This record gives sequence, structure tokens and C-alpha cells, in this order.
Amino acid sequence: VNPDLASERQTASFSVEKLTAWLDGGAERTGLRRAVVEAIERDPVFSRENQYFQSQNERYEAAVRKAVHLQKKMHEMGWTDNGPELKYIYRALAGDVAFLLHRVFMRSISMLGSDKQVAKWIPLATRYQLIGSYAQTELGHGTYLQGLETTAVFDVTTQEFILNTPKISAMKWWPGDMGRSATHTVVFAQLYIEGKCYGVHPFIVQIRSLQDHSLCPGITAGDIGPKMNFEHIDNGFLMLQNVRVPRENMLNKFCEVQPDGTYVRSGSQKINYFTMTSVRIALISDEVIAPLMKACTIAIRYSVVRRQSKLEPGEQEAKILDYQTQQEKLLPQLAAAYAFHFINDYLEELFNKGYGEIQRKNFDTLPELHAFSSGFKAMVTQYSTSAVEICLRACGGHGYSSLSGLPSLYTKILASCIYEGENTILLLQTARFLIKSFAAASTGQPVPPSVTYLAAMKPGKCPAKSKSDFLSPDIYTEAYQHMAARLISSTAAKLQDLVQSGVKKHHAWNQCAVQLAQAAKAHCHYITVKNFAETVEKLKTQAGIQKIMKHLCDLFALHGIFSNAGVFLHDGYLSGAQMDMVTTSYLDLLPVIRKDAVPLVDAFDFTDQNLNSALGSYDGQVYQRLYEWAQKSPTNKMSPAYERYLKPLLHNKLSHL
Amino acid sequence: EALVINDPDFQHEDLNFLSRSQRYEQAIRKSSLMVMKLREYGIADPEEIYWFKSFVHRGRPEPLDLHLGMFLPTLLTQATPEQQDRFFMPAWNLEIIGTYAQTEMGHGTHLRGLETTATYDPATQEFILNSPTVTSIKWWPGGLGKTSNHAIVLAQLYTQGQCKGLHAFIVPIRQLGTHEPLPGITVGDIGPKFGYDEMDNGYLKMDNFRIPRENMLMKYAQVEPDGTYVKPVSDKLTYGTMVFIRSLIVGDSARSLSRACTIAIRYSAVRHQSELKPGEPEPQILDYQTQQYKLFPLLATAYAFHFVGAYIKDTYRRISGDINEGDLSELPELHALTAGLKAFTSWTANAGIEECRMACGGHGYSRCTDIYVTFTPSCTYEGENTVMMLQTARFLFKSYTQVSSGQRVTGMVSYLNDLPRQRIQPQHVAARTVTVRINDPVSLVEAYKARAARLVEDAAKNLQAELNHWKSKEDAWNRTSVDLVRASEAHCHYVIVKLFTAKLSEVSNAAVRAVLTDLCLLYALYGISKNTGDFLQAGILTNAQITQVNQRVKELLAIIRPNAVALVDSFDFHDVHLGSVLGRYDGNVYENMFEWAKKSPLNKTEVHESFHKHLKPMQAKL
Repeated sequence: VNPDLASERQTASFSVEKLTAWLDGGAERTGLRRAVVEAIERDPVFSRENQYFQSQNERYEAAVRKAVHLQKKMHEMGWTDNGPELKYIYRALAGDVAFLLHRVFMRSISMLGSDKQVAKWIPLATRYQLIGSYAQTELGHGTYLQGLETTAVFDVTTQEFILNTPKISAMKWWPGDMGRSATHTVVFAQLYIEGKCYGVHPFIVQIRSLQDHSLCPGITAGDIGPKMNFEHIDNGFLMLQNVRVPRENMLNKFCEVQPDGTYVRSGSQKINYFTMTSVRIALISDEVIAPLMKACTIAIRYSVVRRQSKLEPGEQEAKILDYQTQQEKLLPQLAAAYAFHFINDYLEELFNKGYGEIQRKNFDTLPELHAFSSGFKAMVTQYSTSAVEICLRACGGHGYSSLSGLPSLYTKILASCIYEGENTILLLQTARFLIKSFAAASTGQPVPPSVTYLAAMKPGKCPAKSKSDFLSPDIYTEAYQHMAARLISSTAAKLQDLVQSGVKKHHAWNQCAVQLAQAAKAHCHYITVKNFAETVEKLKTQAGIQKIMKHLCDLFALHGIFSNAGVFLHDGYLSGAQMDMVTTSYLDLLPVIRKDAVPLVDAFDFTDQNLNSALGSYDGQVYQRLYEWAQKSPTNKMSPAYERYLKPLLHNKLSHL
Repeated sequence: EALVINDPDFQHEDLNFLSRSQRYEQAIRKSSLMVMKLREYGIADPEEIYWFKSFVHRGRPEPLDLHLGMFLPTLLTQATPEQQDRFFMPAWNLEIIGTYAQTEMGHGTHLRGLETTATYDPATQEFILNSPTVTSIKWWPGGLGKTSNHAIVLAQLYTQGQCKGLHAFIVPIRQLGTHEPLPGITVGDIGPKFGYDEMDNGYLKMDNFRIPRENMLMKYAQVEPDGTYVKPVSDKLTYGTMVFIRSLIVGDSARSLSRACTIAIRYSAVRHQSELKPGEPEPQILDYQTQQYKLFPLLATAYAFHFVGAYIKDTYRRISGDINEGDLSELPELHALTAGLKAFTSWTANAGIEECRMACGGHGYSRCTDIYVTFTPSCTYEGENTVMMLQTARFLFKSYTQVSSGQRVTGMVSYLNDLPRQRIQPQHVAARTVTVRINDPVSLVEAYKARAARLVEDAAKNLQAELNHWKSKEDAWNRTSVDLVRASEAHCHYVIVKLFTAKLSEVSNAAVRAVLTDLCLLYALYGISKNTGDFLQAGILTNAQITQVNQRVKELLAIIRPNAVALVDSFDFHDVHLGSVLGRYDGNVYENMFEWAKKSPLNKTEVHESFHKHLKPMQAKL
């Protein structure tokens, strides 16, 4: 181990192993996780060693190979699709595997299909006798589902639906696993019966032959070309020309077209939203928080190995993490990684509870859950994306090398800002819920627990008198609460003013949209701070960990105030003098957390294979590894350019003027 | 432009579908052709070469960049006449292809930390070059991996047992004719990166590699045959090249951001989504306030940076004229200005390009254009941005100290002269608050000036307090560095608003002036709304004024909306140069996206080979 990294570990103020166990939810789970990760990493088929050197075709092939091998492996190890190991398997594979959409295909059939449909399709899919995908997004239409243009017309004479892509913007575009792999897909299309449109419905459509994998008649499909990341996934396009599917292929748990063309709706449509809602929460942990933790691990370990300039004349060049500016870049991101880990725990718990309620046909919590999932998905993905980018840039030139692992973490997490609902639109959905709740609260009606603070809103000033007061969770949580409530109430007031002055409702909404999005973000930020403080509070039994977690919580909260000073100062809740105290307290925390920075990222417990970074490995042998890996680059194997172009150029006589 | 775009020799398959080796090969092919064609057409003017090159490579880096941009100029400025005779013509004729090898694996912006050594051996009159550690391996230089046969290597000079600091040496690295690496030289490509796929950024390790004494660049410092070292007149002069490149990056920030804005704004006019009013067709997404709020401030920023870029280029020309006449008095300010503006504009452009891309939703994620990955390293190269900001801060602090000791300062920092007066009459600051008129750019310049003055003063005072508290100057500096960076940012922000405002009066066409004034106001007001804390805390603006500012920003969005597409059209990027399906001038996005995707290598065969290799066996087995 590089001595620069070893010395960081000797001064840890807490036990890394204990913190890891606590993050995992118990030492047993840590054990299970490590066993799963080890089993995967020891298997050469799952190796990601040459990933950075592979072409899109090679990446795709490797992902398919891994997906196929994974079935075998799971069978061998006795892991099941709904066992506790599953999430650790995905952690170990770092998402680098095909057929993720096959799972969504299965999930949508289970959720939206009748018992008969489930009985027919699920066994086939489980045995991989068909490979599924999920075709919702179109070239011209994304988050706004009602705008989809694909049509499915019911033909009563043959008892079939006729599916069509009426124009180019209606082509299905982006679905994963669809470009090359899938044989079937769930197509979302506008249902027409006798000329009347009944809105968007899901249909199972076969797109490729089960014999030779060629495209079925009427189907045009292929890969959509290179993207910023996800080279291993064959995101695809799909065009349908008079493709006929039997009546039974419309997923009909909630709506059915009867043989005579009568349309029957049964059950609540709200449950459909719950699928989206739960996916949004599920992705936060694997697709967002894990990459953020990895980026922090890489950047912080590298920052104690890299030395640059001198802090004291005559001394050795200093570790870059000893510079205040470097600490101020990285440590708030580390605090955010912890904050989001805890808010994710909180959301998962909330959802499990909510799911239970919904099973009992009680839909009361649905609006709140929906608002939660939209707002937090947007806030966490946006925050984490910029955090990963900060980590990338904090590693200077070497961060820009693919071998650092940071560019691919970044381009991957970036996609999370868009898929499963574009962030701005999601924030506006949360805002809608907040404005409604605010109206209810101000007329004394009951509101969901997370927004009761809107009823208790009162003008006032922050009571803090010294910089140490700002290390009190009550003080800063209160400040966040006040700020969120103020933004929501002032936007609500403005909306009302506009409407009263005769502006149409939807116009008024658009004119306030920027502030609405800001208010929604503020609300989520407040809940995150509050939850972090409460999590620390509950740690009483583990004093060693509690102390450092308290520091991180303070840092997360004060960083937010420091970087958004205006909204706290605006109505005089904080005074200029108090803002100076915040700044001092905030900057004073940096060197304190600095001492535990490496142990804090060690606790995330990523293996070197999993990080796949020349800069971030546990032993800190950064430069040796970088040199070794670079030599493996295929660009070093051949240089056709020399013989073909450089040689004639070097010997070019024409240029002798 | 037409010369290049219509030349069939420069056509090739879409780069996004090629592997790195293929992209490198295409770039080399085009560079080779380009050099021959430039000579054939007799193009020699640097400005024309620049345009020719940017069309050949469509704004992407290419393997000969370092040869043309660093190797040749360094020969011109730092080689003796005798050395120029030996190297310049062969290099001009590309018998010698060179690069500039400065950065090492373990050392970047802090030049004095470089570890490569060049030890003089008087017995043979040679320098012995060595890479003593892994961290000292040269790492990153463009064109070094596969293309170059020479490199200008920066190394610590040792002669007569003493280290004389960094000097530049011309080192042959590959055999002329066979292109094989020379004995004692290990050289190769550093592997894949975020972007720069066509560039062979390389590594170079030297083991007791000997070069003749005459290969040290000796226009300034010299080593005589017996090993006696002759010092240069001023060691600051060698930093000139860096200052120049940094000033170019400012212009590059403007161009890259303009390209991103062009793509995002055109696409936003083509894309329709959701409903604004129930029952009506889906509106253009550019009609949504949130979308305007994302894009228009960036458009204003692109214009602002454009003017800053032009200003800094002129200033550089003017000052370097003075320097040639021996007047070094303006060098510190020039250095501070380019460092700070390089950092400020590249950070902002970097974030802005990203914002543009995200504003294009899912299709922005498609590999239709890679401005971001090509641009983002400029935050690091030619001086890491945080370090740059701290250099500006050092100049600001020095100026502040001069003012406090009664001296006056000139140039962009002259506002600091007013500070002591304000301290005596605190009501002066208070009086200022009411005078800010939020619809008057000139008045907003004053507001930014006041903010910069306050943040510089705060940082300086904090630094002073730390200096009294801590014995070590360096500790005190480090403990104040976050404040210092903020002060530098505020200073740069002020300079930009000031330059933008000054530009307005130069515009003669009334309609153009009107639209630029709207953009200038938007730039200034948006900056205030994003940094309200600074303006409120310093008492420059009141709460009520901040509310007005926020309101005004939104009004300006609606005012700019009708001109938005025309404003990006004025940047006049050719479709080929934009290289984006989303940003096409004709707006036929969806048709072309489909055509583009069909060319993807994954679509070469209708059934992908992995079906036979993996899928089919699995389906058979399960």
C-alpha cells in the first residue's frame, strides 16, 4: 500500500468495519454482500478488465455473454430472482450486463396482465424462450405519455389489433435490449375502436423470429447508434407497419376490449403510476448513489496520493487534499453521498409501507408517495450528477483519462437525470402537490405528514448567536424548513395573484414554473437535511460512528446554506452577520472531516475490480497502475497510420518550397 | 469553408461509428492532406490556417496540433539562430514532427515539481536524459504516442553538480525512416479518454538517453561546453506562451458555448411536448418558461464571452507589443486577467454546455455531438482552474495591499482605490443601495463592482486575520483560499459585465443594439439572481430589489424568445461544423436521426453475430 494512503488509515477516528456494517444494515448483510461480490469477481466471464478498450460491438457482445452466463451462475449458486443476493449481484456487475429491459418486460406483464396472460408469458420469459423489451418512448415523445402517436386499431372481423407507426416522430426510440436482442416487446400505443380513441395501452408484440432471429413482417428495427455511455446496451428503434396481434395480446388486467369491440375498464388506473413511482425509487440506490460513492472513493484516495506544489517552503510537495480548495470541492460531495444513502433508506421504508396500504386497496398515501418519488428522483440525480463531475474535475488531467473510471461513471449517472421522467417535469409534479398541500394547510384541512410544516409557517428570525450555534441541527433544520415554506408560500401567493388578475390557470403555472421548481427542490433539500439529522440522532448506541456522522450532517447542511445564501438571506431570516458565522463554521468543518476522509470512503467497501479505476484502488499505487494499463491499450499495438500516411508525409518532397 | 467542405478527400464516415484507432487514422490522414493542401494553395496566414484547420477537423483536436501550435512556435521563440537553422525548416517540412512534453504523470500545473532530469556530461558534451521515477514519466502530451519523432522535453537541468531548474531540450524519440522508438526511449499511447479520441496523447520514458549539448534551447539560458551555466535575463518571459494559450481558451469557451446553445435552441424550437393549454397541440418546448430559463442566460453568456474573448486578444496584442519594447509594467495584470478569465469562462462554459445537453432530454444523450467531452479538459489544461483563480487572487490581494498603504492602482482593479474612502464614510455604501437601477446596464456594472470590492476586501481582511493568527504565510493563505477564489470570481464577473456593457455603445445598428442590450441585462441580472447572497449581504441591493430582479429576468426571457433562433443563427455555424443531428439549420431532426442511426455498426447485419454465439445456444439449453 502506498504510504501516503496507509498513513490516512492509521488516524481514523472510528472503526471502518463498523461503519460498513451499519451502512449495509448489519454485519450479516455485509458478509453476504462480500460473498456474492467475490463469487462474481472470481469468475473470469464477468471480468471488466478490458472494458475501456472495447468497441460498442464488443461491449454489447460481452454484456450478452454475461447475461447468459449469469443465468447459469445463479442456478449454480442457488441464488434466486427474488432473493437477497440480487441487489448485490447487480452491484458486483456494475450494471454491465444485458437483458435489464427483459426484467421490465416481465414486471409490466405481472403488473398489467391478467392472470391468464401472466400464466402464458411469464414462464416463457423466465426460461428465456423469448427475450422481452419495453417500448414506450418515441422519437418525438418522452415524458408526456398522452402525446404518444403509435396506433393500435381494433379489427373486429379478425379479432386483432393493427399496430402502426403513422409518422417518423412516432417511431419507438431508445428502448433497451430492443436494437438487436429482443424477440418481443411491450408496445405502448393509442387504442382506437371504431374510430374512437381510448388513450394509451400496452400490447405484446413479437418483433423477431424465434427460429432465426430475423425481423417479423412489417417490423423495422435496429440499434440507435452511439451514446455517451451504455455502449453495452442495444437501445433500439422500432417501426410498425400494419402489424397484427391477437386481441389477447393487449395487457388487460385493468382494461379490456371484448370480442364485439366493447371497451371495459376495471380497477383503478392509479396503480399504473405506482409502478413508475417504485421504479424511480429503486433506481436511486444502484444507478445514482453507488456511482456517487465510487466517484468519491476514487477522487479522495487519489487526492492523498497526488502531491502538488508546496504548502510550506522547503517541505515536500503537499497532498492535494490538504488544500482548502480541494477539501471544499470533495468533502461536501462525500457528505452528500451519505445524506442520499440515508434518504434512500427512508424512502424505501416509506414505499414498503405504502405498498402494503395499496395492497389493502387504500390509495390515500399515493399522492404523497408520487410527490416524494418525483421530487427526490430529480433532486438526488441532479445533485449526484454534478457531484460526480466535480470529482472528475478535481482529479485534474488524470480524471479525464477513461482509465480513471470517472468519465464512464459520469456519462452513466448523467442519463439518470433524463430517464424515468425528465427532472424539471418531475420537480413541477412535486410542486403541484406542495401547492395543493399548502392550500389545504392554510384552510386548516389535514395534510400528509411530510408537509405539516406548511401549516405551522410563521415569519421570524434565526436565533443563532455564534458560529457554534450553527452546529446545532435544530438551528439549521429550522432554517431549511423556514426557507422551503417561504418559497412555497410566496410562489402560491404569486400564482393566486396571477389567477385573480385574470391570467388563465395554465399560463399562470408556466409563468411561475421556475420558482415552482425551485420550491420543490428546497422542500426535498429540507427533508434530506432533517432526515440526516434524525439518522444521526438515532446513532446514540454507536458513539464512535455518531461523532463523524454528525460532522458530515453539519457539513451537508451548512454547505447548502453557504451555496444558496441568497434564499436564506432574502426575507432576513438569516442576517449578514449570521451568514458570516455559517461560512466560518462550514470552512472550519473541512479540516476536521479531512482527517477521516479516506476511512469514510473505505467504508463504502468497493473492491478494486468494482471501481475499475487506475486512480482509486485500495493500495494507492496510482502511477504504476496507470502506466501498466495504458500499455495494454490497443492503440499501442498497431499504427497503420504510419505506413499509410505519416511516412509519405515525412518524406514529402512536394513541400520543399 | 467551401474549399474544405466540397473537397471529396476530406469526406469520411461519421466519426461516432469508428473505433479509436480508426478515428486516429482518419485524423492523421486529414492532417497530412491538410498540410499538403495548405502548401498547394499557398495558404500561410495564421488566421486562414486556423479556419482551414477548424473545418478540416470540425473543431476537434488532431495529432499535429502540438506540432503546429507548440513545437514550431517554441522553436521560434526559444531556439538560437543556429538551432533554428538545424530544426526549423525540417520541422516546417514535416520531416521532423514534434510535440511539447511538459506534464508528467505525477506533476501538472506546478511546474517546478517536474522530476525529469537532464544531466550535463562535459566529457562528451552531451545531456543525459532520465525519467527517474514512475511519476516522472511524461504523460498526456498530444501527438506524442504515435505521431511524433521529436519532442521538446522540459527537464530539470543539472550541471556541475547543481540543479538549475527547468529547461527545454529537443529530443529525437523515433528513428527517421522506420519510425521505431530509439534505444533508451519508451513511448506509447496513454489509452482511452473521456474525449479526444483522435488524439494520440502519449507517454515517454527516457533511460540514460543522450543528446548533444546543442539540443538545449539556448536563446535565453545557456550551458557552455565546460558546463558553465549562463542565466537568462528574465525568467518570466518563458511563461509568455502559456499566457497566450490561456487567452485563446477564453475565445474557445465562447465558441464552444455558442455551438451548444445553437444546438439546444434550434432543437427546442423543433421538439414539441405536453400541453400548455388543455386541448391545444403540444407546444414547442422553447415556449416553456423553465426551458427558456435554462437556455437564454447561457445564450447571453455566450455573447458576453465572445466580447471578452475579443477584448483579451486585443489586450494581449497590445501588451506583448510593449513587452517587446522592454516595458513589462502591464505583465502582472495581463497574467492575472488571463488566468482568472480562463478559469471563469471555461468553468461557466463547461457547465453551460452540459446544461444545454441536458435541456435536450434523451436525444441530447445520444452521441450526436461531443462538444462537452472535447471542451471539458480546458478546465484542467494550461493551468488547473482553481490554481488559476488563486493566481488572480494573489494579484488582487497585492493591489488591495497597495491601496491600503496609500498607493493608487490602475487598470481593471482601480475600483479598489475607492475602498479606503468608503471605510471612513460607511454611509457611502448605504447610499449606493438606492441608486442601483436594475434596467440600466451601467448601473449594474456599479453593483458588480461593489460586490467585487467587498469580496476582495473581505478575503483580504480574513487573510490578514489568519496571518496574524498563524505563523506561516502559506497556512494562512490555504485557510483563506475558498474566500480568495470567491473574490477572484467576483472580480472576473465584474470585468465581464463591464466589457459587455461597454460593447453596447459601439453597436451602430439600433435593432441590433436593442437585442444585445436585452441580452446584456439578462446576463447581468441573472448573475445577480444566482448570487443574491453576495448582493444582499453587502447591502448593495435590498430584498425588494432582488424580487424585482427575479421578476425582470423572467420578463426578459419572454422578450428574447422571439429572437432566440435568430440569435443563434447569427453565430453562423455550418451544419458540418456543428456536427449535430439535433442542431441542423433546417430543423429536420427526426428524419436525419433515423438515417444516422441506421448507419451504426451494430446495424451492419440484421442479425447480430452474438445471437448465434450466445442467445441461440441459451435458448436451446434452457
